[in-house]
Amino acid sequence: MNDFSQQKQEYSQLIQQVLDEAKHQGATAAEAAVGIETGLSASVRLGDVETLEYNHDKGLSVTVFVGQSKGSASTSDFSRQAIVDTVRAACSIARYTAADEFAGLADKALMAWDYPDLDLYHPWQVSSEQAIDLALECEATARDFDKRIINSEGATVSSHSAFRVYGNSHGFIGGYPTSRHSLSCSVIGEDNKGMERDYWYTMARNAADMESAANVGRITAERTIARLNPRSLSTRQVPVVFSAEMATGFFGHFISAIRGGSLYRRTSFLLDSKGKQIFPSWLQLAEQPLLKGAIGSAPYDGDGVRTQERDLVIDGVLQGYVLDAYAARRLGMQTTANAGGVHNLSVHTSDFGRDELLRRMGTGLLVTELMGQGVNNVTGDYSRGAAGFWVENGEIQYPVSEITIASNVKQMMLGIQAIANDINPHRNIRTGSILIDKMTVAGA
Amino acid sequence: MMTDSLQLARSLILEPGGLTESALAQTLSMLMSHGGVDDADLYFQVSRYESWSLEDGRVKDGSYGIDQGVGVRAISGEKTGFAYSDEINLSALNEAANTVKAISRQGQAGKAKVFGKMHSGHHLYEALDPVASMSDQEKIHLMEKLDKAARAIDPRVTQVMISMVGVRDVMLVAGADGTLAADVRPLVRLSVSVVAEQNGRREQGSSGGGARVGFGYFLDDDRAMSYAREAVRQALVNLDAVDAPAGVMDVVLGPGWPGVLLHEAVGHGLEGDFNRKGSSAFSGRIGEKVASELCTVVDDGTLAQRRGSLNVDDEGTPTQCTTLIENGVLVGYIQDKHNARLMGMAPTGNGRRESYSHLPMPRMTNTYMLAGKHTPEEIIASIDRGLYAVNFGGGQVDITSGKFVFSASEAYLVEKGKIIAPVRGATLIGNGPEVMQRISMVGNNLQLDTGVGTCGKDGQSVPVGVGQPSMRVDQLTVGGTST
Repeated sequence: MNDFSQQKQEYSQLIQQVLDEAKHQGATAAEAAVGIETGLSASVRLGDVETLEYNHDKGLSVTVFVGQSKGSASTSDFSRQAIVDTVRAACSIARYTAADEFAGLADKALMAWDYPDLDLYHPWQVSSEQAIDLALECEATARDFDKRIINSEGATVSSHSAFRVYGNSHGFIGGYPTSRHSLSCSVIGEDNKGMERDYWYTMARNAADMESAANVGRITAERTIARLNPRSLSTRQVPVVFSAEMATGFFGHFISAIRGGSLYRRTSFLLDSKGKQIFPSWLQLAEQPLLKGAIGSAPYDGDGVRTQERDLVIDGVLQGYVLDAYAARRLGMQTTANAGGVHNLSVHTSDFGRDELLRRMGTGLLVTELMGQGVNNVTGDYSRGAAGFWVENGEIQYPVSEITIASNVKQMMLGIQAIANDINPHRNIRTGSILIDKMTVAGA
Repeated sequence: MMTDSLQLARSLILEPGGLTESALAQTLSMLMSHGGVDDADLYFQVSRYESWSLEDGRVKDGSYGIDQGVGVRAISGEKTGFAYSDEINLSALNEAANTVKAISRQGQAGKAKVFGKMHSGHHLYEALDPVASMSDQEKIHLMEKLDKAARAIDPRVTQVMISMVGVRDVMLVAGADGTLAADVRPLVRLSVSVVAEQNGRREQGSSGGGARVGFGYFLDDDRAMSYAREAVRQALVNLDAVDAPAGVMDVVLGPGWPGVLLHEAVGHGLEGDFNRKGSSAFSGRIGEKVASELCTVVDDGTLAQRRGSLNVDDEGTPTQCTTLIENGVLVGYIQDKHNARLMGMAPTGNGRRESYSHLPMPRMTNTYMLAGKHTPEEIIASIDRGLYAVNFGGGQVDITSGKFVFSASEAYLVEKGKIIAPVRGATLIGNGPEVMQRISMVGNNLQLDTGVGTCGKDGQSVPVGVGQPSMRVDQLTVGGTST
């Protein structure tokens, strides 16, 4: 199997060529990235192969700075001529863009001059036949689970490997391979009230860490059957539990509001929140970029800046923002090595599971699906379509759908009552299910 | 002009890699010679884009990119094999073709048909290159002018963000069914987003537009300025907005972009792949009444210069105007070749793909509802207590259960037929087939959107258009916070 050793040398030279060419064409600083991704994706449906896709993508991007002016360009062609043309395109743009005093590379001293191997590459020797067999097993388990499973959208096994090299005119150059494998399934159930669909998937850097095909199939079927014959809810205010998968998205809204771009554009509902109580006083959140083998791990960020572990929220108080070098300069702060996003955001949970969380809620709504884009990053207004289950005395009563849940993300953050320990470790945002004190449910 | 686009496609796609039509024919013949392969196609693409963005009153970011490649597809019954390469030459083409033949099975070998004369379908837009359609200096000047204009409208405007994107996409598709077609597709888009601030409260407003034209389009008819004015107007309206109501009520949808409701509630559910698989709430319902008799909905890929229009789709089929729902009765689906063949129907020119590295699927082009007879004023006046939703953010649909949702970015409370106050944070949720039955008034003011829509399906994005006249929907669930 490809260990990308050939690419490492070749791409490092390519980066150097690009940086040299940029300098030659008048750039005072530059950065470049080269990446390749290869993979296989096999989908089956109703017991037979549906698609077999072979992926092979490569690309090169360059950003040049001419003084304080910036330009970028990209190409999928790695020929000498294409590199010259691409750098020329970037430099040409930099001639027209306005000088920006905050533009430029991150500080040289912050580069990840040496970086650890984070164990992110586990190629999977899976042939297309084996991938198909695994997908077939997964789908068959789901379809055989219950006779109300009447149709299928299929199961897909995919395996991808990537290698990316980044370098800049500080002399920093880094590159490492990563892998990502997944198995997903989606089936349709039907009873006299109509059809419902649900899905489940498993994803990991190492195929050995994935859930078994039979498990994914069984969970897919259980989730689908559980949704059959949903009711709506009349309009009311109730406590709400977000399942772990939905809670991941909820913390995503929080992260999006403390990103540098949202802050300096003043398009965030969490402006000037550093040092303030934004979560309940028992809540702790850490960023762990250096976890071995994890989905969100990275030894350096998109600016080449060394990542490090940090506490993002201590006792409910925000300790810092999510900044790249540019946003940090604009805000008069230090970069937090988040060019490209957060790396393994980890929520400290309680020591009990979701069932106990539902008992603590007593009567309320368990949300397992959210629809639409009804989250306003400027005001924090939150109103989204939802589906899930009505819970009484800690016990699930019946499925609900065609309702909306609404509040404000700021209030929801402060209103978190508890977080269960049902974390899926193979996610970039690692949280269990969360209990929120009160939201408005609207329905018929 | 038509010969221009064919000539351009040949010179940009085939000639640099030394490919000829007979080489493409040989590759297709090789693919078809494998057992059980029913169909195959080669999709070539060379595209370039340019984007500029302004913030803090200055254009500080710009980027340029080129992408090219060829996607090879072989179909055997319901099975599809797919591979692609970012190099366009014979060895890359053959390597991809050798990979996809893994999909073949026991069965009779097929035969590739002889290519028809290469064609480029309709002539809905010029074969121009938006990137070269205006000088960089002029592009920057336009954006700076817009920024100043937006700020001058009202002192409460504190931030203006503008982006301008131009793409030229050149495609050529060769199919074992004898198809040989090419298209040069320009596309531009300008977006203006503003933040207004008043007494510590901040609200955002945004607007924009685009079409398959050059950048000069934004200077015509004061278009760019109208986007700036509209973005500021929306932000200022939202500064005074109160919490949206929660509960079931009658809703008036404004004309134009709110047609995204049709896109979500109806359009996706009528795509051929979902219906072939029986996974759509509309599956097997052709001939049934699925909407109120006031509703006639079409998907039209043939509107001149429209963002969702195409001279030919990505399988080389000329686009058409397909009636989906006629006076409330379901009459047609949106089809690509693969699903049309498996369902025994005709392709409708809706086979689309994000790029050479993605498989084509049945996708919408410009989807809209035809005008009815009521004036917009009559429709609002008919509401006792309800919501008037003028503009929307995005939407989403679960095609199996029919549930859809979308978020209003500008909406008003209506009481006794009068608009009372702007509301914020309203989300509408419903069940497509049910909601379509509850459309009780349709306006005489059909409008198409300004050319900003992008539709996502299975991780693939394609530009689309939506539109509708004003309409009244009885008893829709509005998800606000105010009970």
